[in-house]
Amino acid sequence: MSVFDDLVGQDTVIEQLRSAARAADGLLAGGTGAGMTHAWLFTGPPGSGRAVAARAFAAALQCAHGGCGHCDSCHQVLTGTHADVLYVRPTGLSFGVERTRDLVLRAASSPTGGRFRVVLFEDADRATEAASNALLKAVEEPSPRTVWLLCTPTAEDLLVTIRSRCRLVLMRTPGTPAVVDALVRRDGVDPGLAGAVARAAAGDVERARRLAADPEARERRREVLSMPARLDGLGACVSAAARLYELAEAEAKQTTAALDEQEKADMRAAFGEGATGKGVAKAVRGAAGALKELEERQKRRATRIKRDTYDVALMDLAAFYRDVLAVQLGAQVQRSTESHDEDVRRVAGSSTPEATLRRVDAIMRCRERIAANVHPQIAIEAMTAALYLG
Amino acid sequence: MLGYMSTASVSALSVVVGDEELLVDRAVAELVAAVRAGDPEVDVHDLMPGQVSAGKLVEVTSPSLFGERRVVVLRSAQDLTKDLATEVTGYLRAPADDVVLVLVHAGGAKGKALLDAALKAGATRINCAKPTKAAERLEFLKGEFSRAGRQITRDAAQALLDAVGTDLREIAAACTQLVADTEGRVDEKAVARYHTGKAEATGFTVADRAVEGRVAEALEQLRWSLAVGTAPVLINSALAGAVRGLAVVVQPPRGIADAELAKRAKVPPWKLKSLRQQARGWSPQGVARALQVVAETDALIKGAGRDPAYALERAVIEIGTARGQRR
Ligand SMILES: [Zn+2]
Repeated sequence: MSVFDDLVGQDTVIEQLRSAARAADGLLAGGTGAGMTHAWLFTGPPGSGRAVAARAFAAALQCAHGGCGHCDSCHQVLTGTHADVLYVRPTGLSFGVERTRDLVLRAASSPTGGRFRVVLFEDADRATEAASNALLKAVEEPSPRTVWLLCTPTAEDLLVTIRSRCRLVLMRTPGTPAVVDALVRRDGVDPGLAGAVARAAAGDVERARRLAADPEARERRREVLSMPARLDGLGACVSAAARLYELAEAEAKQTTAALDEQEKADMRAAFGEGATGKGVAKAVRGAAGALKELEERQKRRATRIKRDTYDVALMDLAAFYRDVLAVQLGAQVQRSTESHDEDVRRVAGSSTPEATLRRVDAIMRCRERIAANVHPQIAIEAMTAALYLG
Repeated sequence: MLGYMSTASVSALSVVVGDEELLVDRAVAELVAAVRAGDPEVDVHDLMPGQVSAGKLVEVTSPSLFGERRVVVLRSAQDLTKDLATEVTGYLRAPADDVVLVLVHAGGAKGKALLDAALKAGATRINCAKPTKAAERLEFLKGEFSRAGRQITRDAAQALLDAVGTDLREIAAACTQLVADTEGRVDEKAVARYHTGKAEATGFTVADRAVEGRVAEALEQLRWSLAVGTAPVLINSALAGAVRGLAVVVQPPRGIADAELAKRAKVPPWKLKSLRQQARGWSPQGVARALQVVAETDALIKGAGRDPAYALERAVIEIGTARGQRR
């Protein structure tokens, strides 16, 4: 067993991180530490496990046995409770300069456990420009025992000045067999289902897991994929857009509500709601402020979750048309929409590859518009109309 | 809906139940006003759950030396902690003579025990649920006029609802305005006069003229709407609504009844006729182009462009052009 067991189809990365962790160990023992560095950038496509890899590396750095996976330290890092590992997971669409400065300050103190002070910054691309500059200073002049682990989809998502100071860890899209293997072996998913969801997720391990675990997610995907074949007029385009809007809003609301309630309950507990006696009034005032801040944060997160939800649906649609294109061009590739093969073939037979490319463009434009804050229903109506006309 | 209350009718214990804020606020205000009418000096404690503690409860509900009357309003009573809810329930068993207690409850399953206890203790119940049916909103609207001692014809009431939408606050505001601006029985003509002003302000006229291809008029209306302060994003959503309506009637989904069609187009059923009229002269390609224009405009208004007014002018012109588009 090892902390790297959770990585799917990333043998090269595991080798790279293991040897760095050995070098780090050598550094602590008074060696030169050649092969180790203080800033790392984990990049890779969605679902390839950037954050999982970074977390495993953090565990390996803190473990006296290179990331054994079963000691206290490993356990603490993996569950997010290690005193010397700072986790940053931006909840909103952006991460501001003040919080970054605070983070830099906390990162600079010496490790309480005697090994390293590790900062694990997920979605570091959400750092604002000012925040990035604050981050750059920290990465330029590192404290001797601090290690920065930054995660972004691609290296280009980060300021070039920061990027150039980081060692790059390139996650690859895991192959279907690796994903199937992980689902079956680790999550106990039925092999038949594992195969289907692994192909559907096209290398996105997280998405595959979600599809395997949640029948509703599979149903939503099925509904999205059955849309193209039904677009037989503009009225149908409007209906399909309304449905897509409804599905995504409902799903986002569900995800958000569960998270929000838990956090509010935690906060109430922390402020000792229902208590009486001296100081209660003051505590209540403090709680009101904290609650307001929490609600602000939750609102930002809700926006992000909504966007991610639309993204998932739109990427499923794009996958459909990419498979249409593969059929039109006679390319022998593994298709992620095998469950809708009949629809794919029909659309392929009744249109040209050029039209298919225009359709994929329309989907990408819709993503951009939603990201630019266009009302999702309006953006999707424009898209379905473009899909219909080809 | 709510009528006026005399002092005598104010019960020592009331529950205001429902999630429509406007109605809740009104009910509480009327209760307070009724008590005040009998005793101008009355103390009013209007408390949110965060302001309530066991000590505070005792303070506001215990008998006073000189028998001053008090109104205690507990807002969002469903959010009171279990302990505090128990305190309140205890009070209900031995209420003070000079206290008028008003419990405001959202009406859901949360905190239902407290609500039930209050009702069992003889509370007067005032329902303030959000009206979900059109008929209920119509009833509300008529109630607004009778509150003001005025009348409105059925057709006028319907036309006003169609123009204003479903938000009770907006309906109430529209009623107040009509009551102030007109005299006598309010008829369709009065609403139309008002509605034209309102529609200019909300962008519907801009959208109608644009999809009818009357570009010059649409541009004039647009200038006017912006001048009176209508938010660009609302004007664009009116454009989106108009084009969506076109899309549905130009190529309706197969085998679909008019009622369902109206629902998809998001218009009242009687508007289908005018929608079909508007759709004459539009090709599917033209409508698809107009849908693109609306999406582009939304992006420009939301920050991709510097000048929302110009973005809308361009949209109106391009929609006019799309109308003539044959393929
Ligand atoms: Zn370990």
